[in-house]
Amino acid sequence: MFSFLLRRLFASVFVIIGVVTLVFFILRAVPGDPVESILGEQALEVDKASLRECLNLDRPLYVQYGLFWKDVLDGSLGHLCDERGVTVRERLVANIPATVQLALASMLIALLLAMPLGVAASLRPYSWVDNGSAVVALLGISIPNFWLGPMLLIVFSLMLQALPNPGSEVLGLSALILPAVTLGSGLAAKLTRMTRSSMLEVLNLDYIRTAKAKGLPRWKVVSKHALRNALIPVVTILGLQFGALLTGAIVVEKIFARPGVGMMLLEGIEARNYMIVQGCVLFISFTYVLVNLITDLVYGWVDPRIRYD
Amino acid sequence: MAMILRRLLPKGTRRSNHLGGLAIFGAVIVVLVGLIALLAPWLAPYELNYLDMTRQLEGPSADHWLGTDENGGDILTLLLYGARVAVIVGLATVSICTSVGLTLGAVSGYFGGWIDEVLMRLTEILMAFPGILLAILLIFITQEPSLLAVIGALSVSGWAGYARLVRAQVLSERDRDYVEAARAQGFAVWSILFRQVVPNIMAPVIVQATFGMAGAILAEATLSFLGLGPQDLPSWGALLDQGASYFLLTPHLAIFPGLAIMFTVLGINFLGDGLRDVLDPRALTRH
Repeated sequence: MFSFLLRRLFASVFVIIGVVTLVFFILRAVPGDPVESILGEQALEVDKASLRECLNLDRPLYVQYGLFWKDVLDGSLGHLCDERGVTVRERLVANIPATVQLALASMLIALLLAMPLGVAASLRPYSWVDNGSAVVALLGISIPNFWLGPMLLIVFSLMLQALPNPGSEVLGLSALILPAVTLGSGLAAKLTRMTRSSMLEVLNLDYIRTAKAKGLPRWKVVSKHALRNALIPVVTILGLQFGALLTGAIVVEKIFARPGVGMMLLEGIEARNYMIVQGCVLFISFTYVLVNLITDLVYGWVDPRIRYD
Repeated sequence: MAMILRRLLPKGTRRSNHLGGLAIFGAVIVVLVGLIALLAPWLAPYELNYLDMTRQLEGPSADHWLGTDENGGDILTLLLYGARVAVIVGLATVSICTSVGLTLGAVSGYFGGWIDEVLMRLTEILMAFPGILLAILLIFITQEPSLLAVIGALSVSGWAGYARLVRAQVLSERDRDYVEAARAQGFAVWSILFRQVVPNIMAPVIVQATFGMAGAILAEATLSFLGLGPQDLPSWGALLDQGASYFLLTPHLAIFPGLAIMFTVLGINFLGDGLRDVLDPRALTRH
């Protein structure tokens, strides 16, 4: 286990070095002058020179690369060099809670939808319940969240007026429901299929047959014996999908005009501010690598049958 | 239709003759979208650049069956031409990703050693960018996103998955008896790899390519929705972006492009599911 942990940590560090390097060089390939992109062509030369110096763009590329690593390692992710003098980290920290809240809420909704549907499908394989859940799952995968969001808004905000419009002053749970459902629908579809196949596998094992033979009621066999073991791969998928949720949040935050890392990234793209873009991309990628690492390590802990050596 | 599909599949990849009803339904949708993309100029009621500024954001009517957009363009016309963008992006991205992934994955799995190490580390780095994040980053560096830029960005971020799948398949095939026999007969390495091994691992690749096409169409629509799609062409995602902006005023503007994307992606996914059942039944136990 210890050698696996070391190998896995080493691999993650290598991936992070690769990601940082790739992001640095991709963004330095932006055609034109990034300073002019941020300030505009009409800006004063003195302002341009000052911003160029602040962003280290007046230094050779290898020095810029070294300074970029310094910003990554001290966690600041660079200075925005605007009049407020904030770092990219400070902007990110202001936006992260909203995105994490949205991602966690969508995970919860996905679990609440997928569990009953997946279990019901597995208990009656190839029945109408199973086929129905397969179609619902395929719909969930196929419906783009940038369509589902406006449709939910039309129904629940416009027609029923039950939930707030995007950008309205209403905060809290009611403002979170539609974005979370929109973001969680695809994950719910994947989890439904995973729960079904995982449950089907477990329900055919000997210990389930023994539990049935002992005369345990069916609900107890399913909920206490089968579901607990069937949930292990489901939890893994849940962890691995966290990164996809962070990317999906870019679209959902735009639809519902919610603040968050996604909106910050889009604002950075629109303003052609590559400091913001690189900060958001690095945050999302680092989180993805970290969550994958944790999921891999936790997998062995929750399922003692798994041995890494 | 089922017979045509079965005949189109490469020899040796057919594990069963049964292609489910949903897969046939999916294939019909795929063929329909392909035909619409091909025949868009003849099917569309108006010219592509038709604009009537006096009739902006109108609902469905006899003149404009699906209504008009914010510039007074005919939504049906834009949707029909939008199919072209979807099909071109889907086909081109999947072709590039499959070709690159197949070549690099096969080389990586067959030769192993440092080639394998380097290629797999590279795929790990690319796959550390979730979803379309890398494509967004790549599009950002192009000043004006074009169709080629979108295809390029989606291909750069998409080939790694194919390479890993192919590598895993080649690893399980390279020590089989038929490969040993080919080696013993003195076939050249490239001939063994691409004429013996690769045809035997095509089933899961074809299945992944089918799902990949749906993914590419969805990714293009997402990029267009975010304002990062081809600027000079009608795209379903860009139409939906307009629709989302005006959903309180004209809900139809969001409904129709979304339905087009949904049915296309759903059709391809149905087809992919059916192909997996036929070509790669082992995958059913893997998923």
